[in-house]
Amino acid sequence: MLHYGFMANAFAAAAIVSVLAGLTGYFLVLRGQTFAGHALSHVGFSGATGAVLFGVAPLWGLLLMTLAGGVAMGLLGERLAHRDVAIGIVLSLSLGLGMLFLHFFTAYASQATALLFGNVLGVTAQTVWTLLALALLSLAALALIGRPLLFASVQPELAEAKGVNLRRLGVAFLAIVALATAACVQIVGVLLVFALMVGPAATAQQLTARIGRGLLLAAGLALAEAWGGLVLAFYTDWPASFWITALSGAAYLLASLTRLRWRAVKPLRPPV
Amino acid sequence: MPVTLSGVTLTQGGRTILQDAGFAIHDCEFVGVLGPNGAGKTTLMRAILGLLRPQRGSIAVFGRPAERGNPAIGYMPQVRSAPAGLRLRGWDVVAGAASGYRFGLPGISAADRREVAWALDIVDASALAARPLGELSGGERQRLLLAQALLGRPQLLLLDEPLASLDPRHQHGVVALVRELQQRLKLAVLFSAHDLNPVLGALDRVLYLGGGQAALGTVDEVVTGPVLSRLYGAAIDVARVDGRIFVMAGAHTVGCAHEHG
Repeated sequence: MLHYGFMANAFAAAAIVSVLAGLTGYFLVLRGQTFAGHALSHVGFSGATGAVLFGVAPLWGLLLMTLAGGVAMGLLGERLAHRDVAIGIVLSLSLGLGMLFLHFFTAYASQATALLFGNVLGVTAQTVWTLLALALLSLAALALIGRPLLFASVQPELAEAKGVNLRRLGVAFLAIVALATAACVQIVGVLLVFALMVGPAATAQQLTARIGRGLLLAAGLALAEAWGGLVLAFYTDWPASFWITALSGAAYLLASLTRLRWRAVKPLRPPV
Repeated sequence: MPVTLSGVTLTQGGRTILQDAGFAIHDCEFVGVLGPNGAGKTTLMRAILGLLRPQRGSIAVFGRPAERGNPAIGYMPQVRSAPAGLRLRGWDVVAGAASGYRFGLPGISAADRREVAWALDIVDASALAARPLGELSGGERQRLLLAQALLGRPQLLLLDEPLASLDPRHQHGVVALVRELQQRLKLAVLFSAHDLNPVLGALDRVLYLGGGQAALGTVDEVVTGPVLSRLYGAAIDVARVDGRIFVMAGAHTVGCAHEHG
């Protein structure tokens, strides 16, 4: 199947994006900010369709909007904590705007489906290189802030006392999430970003309580689910995005069940 | 001198926590920080950590102005739900604080690893650290977080409500452990609590906060009707029964004591 050029591109793109999504997602789940990933992808939709309208590649519009959204969310920080209504309104407004931009664009339906649900089989070699550059940039930034980010995610008050600037760190991290989200949209689309970014990371945290293993497992699971989805799509002719979300959901369910069963067999020790 | 406040006025969210307060905490001293809810126990600790600037006056820590990231201070924030429900191994959480403020990949150096092992060993929590933090009992969790506060061998410990949500037996265990560490490592300790009795046996002095004022002295000097009436701004009676102390406003008990073993 790899002698088809479009499949080779799809496998390369899926590998790059899934590793980035798995690692970023691990921190996202740890910080309890999973909704941010979802929100950013919606905000990105209006950017992507707007870019199409102006004759620019959708990826650049997507990147611009997710980055702006991520930085804004980071700066607002705590003030966004209990603003579900406000966030929801901004999200639906973004999707609505995206819809409007599509209305003015003629090649309407296929473009919309590709953005909303992903079109990994349509990824060009040039996009693969762009994704690689994006991923390397994001991972380099994540490697730089990894240690303080972990500390601040688990124990913010203590980290602050030790001299970590929580706000600056939060903004930097959400900017990285924004890049990762834009990359994810190329594979699974705006609506299914959760499947690649949150699914594998949450599964990994069910399976191990160690940080190092958790990070490796999150990246590994994301890669396995993305490639597995492509293989299944190739042989069934069903959409790859469906298979990726199905594998991601199944892995999370299995991990949760295994943990529950394990706990039932081996009850928690009584407190000492 | 571990902590010196002179002429300090401290406000938080428009409320005055301290008004022109001055006192000093001595070396190797175990000081209980008490006061009604909202009296500013946490705010005072944050000011000593340099996270909050006083409006007026100065706070010195070991003779130097209070500043963020002072390695001479070990801090244990009041436990909120986040670390308690976390599916992360205790060791990973404790070790996260070793050089955790420095940029770079997660993971720690061999020297930090030895430091973590020392701290876990000294509070006898090496075995606990292998388990996820969320599966530990409250007392076990506090023991791990205490080990974390000792990383970097500080000379001053700020412990914010370490007894909160612990049952009396575990409260006693935590107090005894802190007292033992304080004597063995020659530390100055500020230990905040909303109830005096569990810490009564371990205290050298008590710092009572209330109504923008602070009173520092021995229990017999500070926990008296006249002093507390001034801090609470209401008539307060203090009664001693069987080595326990009850603080009461009129007919109603203000700070009731748990059993003290």
